[in-house]
Amino acid sequence: MSAASWLIRGATLAGGDPGDIAVSGGVITEIGAHLDAHGAQVLDADGLIALPGLVDLHTHLREPGREDAETVETGTAAAALGGYTAVHAMANTEPVADTAGVVEQVWRLGKAAGHADVQPVGAVTVGLNGQHLAELGAMADSAAHVRVFSDDGKCVADPLLMRRALEYVKAFNGVIAQHAQDPRLTEGAQLNEGEMSGRLGLAGWPAVAEEGIVARDCLLAAHVGSALHICHVSTAGSVEIIRWAKSKGWPVTAEVTPHHLLLTDELAAGYDPVFKVNPPLRTGADVTELRQALADGTIDAVATDHAPHPVEAKETEWAEAAWGMTGLETALRVVHQAMVKTGLLDWQGVADRMSYRPARIGRLTHHGTPPVAGAAANLTLYDPAAPAEAVSPSGASKSRNTPFAGMELPGRVVATFLRGTPTVLDGKLIRA
Amino acid sequence: MNRHLISAEDLSRDDVVLILDTAEELASVADRPIKKLPTLRGRTVVNLFFEDSTRTRISFEAAAKRLSADVINFSAKGSSVAKGESLKDTALTLEAMGADAVVIRHSASGAPHRLAGWVRGSVVNAGDGTHEHPTQALLDAFTIRRRLRGHGQTGQALDGVRVTIAGDVLHGRVARSNVLLLSTLGAQVTLVAPPTLMPLAVGSWPCGVSYDLDSELPKSDVVMMLRVQQERMSAAYFPSVREYRRRYGLDAARMARLPDDAIVMHPGPMNRGVEIAADVADSPRSTIVEQVANGVTVRMAVLYLLLGGAELPAVTQ
Repeated sequence: MSAASWLIRGATLAGGDPGDIAVSGGVITEIGAHLDAHGAQVLDADGLIALPGLVDLHTHLREPGREDAETVETGTAAAALGGYTAVHAMANTEPVADTAGVVEQVWRLGKAAGHADVQPVGAVTVGLNGQHLAELGAMADSAAHVRVFSDDGKCVADPLLMRRALEYVKAFNGVIAQHAQDPRLTEGAQLNEGEMSGRLGLAGWPAVAEEGIVARDCLLAAHVGSALHICHVSTAGSVEIIRWAKSKGWPVTAEVTPHHLLLTDELAAGYDPVFKVNPPLRTGADVTELRQALADGTIDAVATDHAPHPVEAKETEWAEAAWGMTGLETALRVVHQAMVKTGLLDWQGVADRMSYRPARIGRLTHHGTPPVAGAAANLTLYDPAAPAEAVSPSGASKSRNTPFAGMELPGRVVATFLRGTPTVLDGKLIRA
Repeated sequence: MNRHLISAEDLSRDDVVLILDTAEELASVADRPIKKLPTLRGRTVVNLFFEDSTRTRISFEAAAKRLSADVINFSAKGSSVAKGESLKDTALTLEAMGADAVVIRHSASGAPHRLAGWVRGSVVNAGDGTHEHPTQALLDAFTIRRRLRGHGQTGQALDGVRVTIAGDVLHGRVARSNVLLLSTLGAQVTLVAPPTLMPLAVGSWPCGVSYDLDSELPKSDVVMMLRVQQERMSAAYFPSVREYRRRYGLDAARMARLPDDAIVMHPGPMNRGVEIAADVADSPRSTIVEQVANGVTVRMAVLYLLLGGAELPAVTQ
């Protein structure tokens, strides 16, 4: 479908008054009441909320290397169905995205897929091995225009290397996204260290292993005056440290995953590895604190950490199973449940945490802009009144490892527009 | 009772007493010239051992054979598992062969839970990782009851019995199962270990916690010593075997602090000279050899009850 003209009728702009949105040539041409269609296709959006197209800072698309789990094509299809118009593709592919060649390949695959913009993330160190800096400048200067660098999946544990990386990317306005996990404190770790890990006899992943690195890196970021982003914050203690760092005016941002906003380690009781994720599900007290921090802005963004795995990687013993869960298609519904229904965030807040701020952190200029006349027409239409329905994998993603399967979540993504072209209509993928 | 025996937590007080009473009835079989009952004739019990444990495997094997079940021993070494077969595929293979019960020993905590989702037969946990070993706890409870209450006693639990369990609680599946099972039976359990070998949240367990063995011994009717793996030392759980023995080993001098009728238990295999001194292990207080014999009896009771065998001939009331 070409970027024809659309008139979206009667949507509520992120919590404001209902109105019409006219889209043409990839941009929003007019917003107002009772606009004339002028021959444009009309989409009846009565009762729907219009959000700026969602931006994910943390997506594992698995290509190149693990096309059995996900491809750029299938991952971005899932993203579009979840209301996303841009995703950041993490670097832990095979080969690792640690060169200009690999990030450009991922970027081109994203262009070809067309369901959502793909912004590759570059590895901080060669092969994610934590030994030598990857050629960060080459990736920044490549066609992929990389600005976010992360060894996600592994922590940049060496404090000197972390300091250098933070300093180095200042030259091109980069940011280091840290997977905060002290490797020594988490050797063999399987589950949040606490009552559940003790009961289940699973080696503990202590909160302090995250918090120690978060504290260290906040101090380093302040010391060198460079941008630090903390991936998937999972503990109340990390929140406290980030709140303190922000109160000092330090250049620190943070994200939280949908699953850490809704699920706890109690779900591990049956040893079903669909609940095995890194960092692990924590306690109810952590969940409460994470929600509060997202509400007050201490945590800037919701990021999915969408981590697809083939069935056999999860149909195993807990210790054998792969880490991670899918999340693109359910993120907005989970945020609706955990943040909006609880009164912690309004839809303007959701737009901020799921689009504006992640786009800013990711240095994306054409995403995460408020829907006003002249802005790129990246839009998500969401039906908040859709009856709660049990989650089941749509088949868009190649993987089915969703921890929300069977769980009733409210709402429904009705349509997604990428630069004026619908990628999703009536909740279904539009094949380009 | 449940169809499976995976965790001591799954057993109610009545369940446990029923198992112990059934074991008491079956104990007489061991004293007969022909140690065999026909109750599980035609049923198949698979011993699925992913971890070497000759003691536990032969105990289950003897138990199943004394009930006339067909026994298939499946050891992971040199099998399809060594060639990379998944637990699920192994389970489906056993399922296709018609296993009525699968006794599983595995290095991963929770493996029996997973297996139970893939097979129709009963799953018996014979030790999973650092999680549980429920039949060990049952045989320990049986041993305690027989020693303290006398042979042939039925219907009784262990109310008020003071049990001290000393050793590696963090990695110890025996400790975990015993805390759950013995507290279900009304015993007062106290765990003793260096703080490094205790789970962080042990305070939420239904037992007392102490770091001082000497102060617990005079208050114990039962002291159970657990094996401490020497490789824990390299991970800085304790400084040296010498220091561990000095602070937490049960030697003759420490044993003298016990009340007169108190018993000394060990699930084996022992590290003589580490957690238990040889003269303690070989003393009349020691139940270590009895525990082995009782293991067969209790496992017979478990298989019998799970597989719902025919009435026990001659031993039914």
